[in-house]
Formats: sequence, structure tokens, C-alpha cells
Amino acid sequence: MQDPLIIAGKTYASRLLVGTGKYKDFEETRDAIEASGAEIVTVAIRRTNIGQDPKEPSLLDFLPPSQFTYLPNTAGCYTAEDAIRTLRLARELLDGHSLVKLEVLGDKHTLFPDMPETLKAAEVLVKDGFDVMVYCSDDPIQAKRLEEVGCCAVMPLASIIGSGMGILNPWNLRLIIDSARVPVLVDAGVGTASDAAIAMELGCDAVLMNSAISHAQNPVLMASAMKKAVQAGREAFLAGRMPRKLYSAQPSSPTTGMIGAAGAQSTLEAA
Amino acid sequence: MNRVHFNGRPYTLPAQMSVRQVLERLGMHGKRVAVERNGMVVPKARHDEVVVGDGDRLEVIVAVGGG
Repeated sequence: MQDPLIIAGKTYASRLLVGTGKYKDFEETRDAIEASGAEIVTVAIRRTNIGQDPKEPSLLDFLPPSQFTYLPNTAGCYTAEDAIRTLRLARELLDGHSLVKLEVLGDKHTLFPDMPETLKAAEVLVKDGFDVMVYCSDDPIQAKRLEEVGCCAVMPLASIIGSGMGILNPWNLRLIIDSARVPVLVDAGVGTASDAAIAMELGCDAVLMNSAISHAQNPVLMASAMKKAVQAGREAFLAGRMPRKLYSAQPSSPTTGMIGAAGAQSTLEAA
Repeated sequence: MNRVHFNGRPYTLPAQMSVRQVLERLGMHGKRVAVERNGMVVPKARHDEVVVGDGDRLEVIVAVGGG
């Protein structure tokens, strides 16, 4: 595998991670995720409904755990305690699976993460044997703390969850990327393909998204666009972009041999 | 009476029963679910032996779509 993504010692070919929420139905979920090429898919953990038809299909029937790496999340948790409980149940649900996405929210309107609670939960979960990919603010100091307590990936927001506002603070992301010794993923805020490409060009190891695909007019086509954008952004990052030179414009074509230039012999005169 | 809290709601069981029997009663046995009793995960291997009785708080969860 060329240029694999490595998370908690496992290698992945795709640098796009996708959520499974807010699709029209399970068929659309499956088709979009197939088009995205993602290998890691996030899932939420929720109570069952009493009286639900036991024969009703479940998400896991459409996205078999044999084919995808499940990343159970703690979406909707506002305390470290709730997040820890949720992920312990997720580990039981997924037969001891240890890779998880931790998010502890601090505000219902912005869904901004509560960093002190996030850090508290991360410490407990790492000690409990979880491989913790952690959603965080785009604060380089907080990201470093999370890395230091043993998180296997840090996932700063690009803008707030579900906003589609894109990369609002590329310079903070760069500071996080430059100092991180674990993979950095943009999680939240991507709105369209160019946002994903920018995240990857900045040097992110991968991008995690849900709404940008599921809320597109055509989710399956957007999933395909995101796959290409992440690949293009990664290649551009590896290739190394040319320097920005605002005032030293240099043409790409030769500057000599122009017709009509001083010193050039007229072919008409020679004849 | 065996009044329990099932996923945060009051629920009455006809008798004390094992976690497995509760799941069978709810049509969830054999489905991919995870169970917590009074804040502690009940591993699948212990569904037969762990008994649910009066005052217990039971949570039964599944994986759903999410981001």
C-alpha cells in the first residue's frame, strides 16, 4: 500500500473517514459510503426502542463490520462520565473493538467541545485500553495535551459541526499539524470538496465528515467528489506547492524569441 | 413487584429474570445490542447469570447512523 494512513498501528488506504448519519435511508447510506471509498465509518450509540420490530434492518446489516472499521462516537455526550459509559457499551457491542471517537460537547447551539471534560474522559479511556481519536477545538495547546495523555489521533474542528463553513482557521490547524506526533484529522466543518482538499494540503493526515456528504443534493456524487478531493489534496501536500509570490510574476512560456522584439530580423526584409 | 428502569423509562417485569430472559421478552435476544445494568456493562457471556430485579436500571443500546 502506497502512502497509507496509520492509526493505532493499523494501516488504511483511504484518508477519508465518513459518518453514517442523516441519510435518507440505509440504501443511500451504503451507496454514498461505497462511493467515498472510506474504510472507517463513524456510528452513534443509542438506546433501543421498546416495541421496535426485531426484524427491522439495522445499520450494521447494510455496512457489515467485516467490511468496515467502525468508529463508535460519543455524539450528544456533555460530560466525561457519559462519554466513558457510552464507549464502554460500544466496546461491548462491537466485540471488544477499541478504536473510538471521543467527543464531549459543551454547548447545544454551537456543539463546541468542552475541552476540560474531553481531556478528563481521554485520560480514563486511554488507561482503560481504548484507542482514542479525539474531537477537539483548534487550539494547539489542547491538542498537545490530548496527544500527551495518549490519544492516537487528534481531530480539531475546521468550523462548527454541521455548519459546512469550511476551514476557518487554517493557521491554527497548521500549528497543530506541525507539532503533532500523532495523526491530525479535520473533523467537522467541511462543506464541499475544496474544503477537504485545503485540509489535506495543509498537511492533515485525513478528513472526517458526515453532513457535507449526507446533506448534499446528491450525496453519492458528493461522496465521490470528496474521495477525489482528499486524494488530490494529499498529493498536492506531498508534491509541495510552489511559493506564493505576489509581486514577482514569472510567465511560464519563454521570454525570448518573441516576434517583433527589438533586434529580431524581419523575414520580409531578408527576402 | 419487579419495577425496573428500562432505557430511562419505568418497566415492570413479571418476575426477577436474567438479562438474557429480559432480552428474549423484548424480542432483542440474538440482535447486536449491548447491555448495562446499574451503570456497569454486562458482558454477553454473563447474560444468563446476571439477574435483573426491583429497582435496577437497565440500558440496552444499538449502533445507529451518526457522524
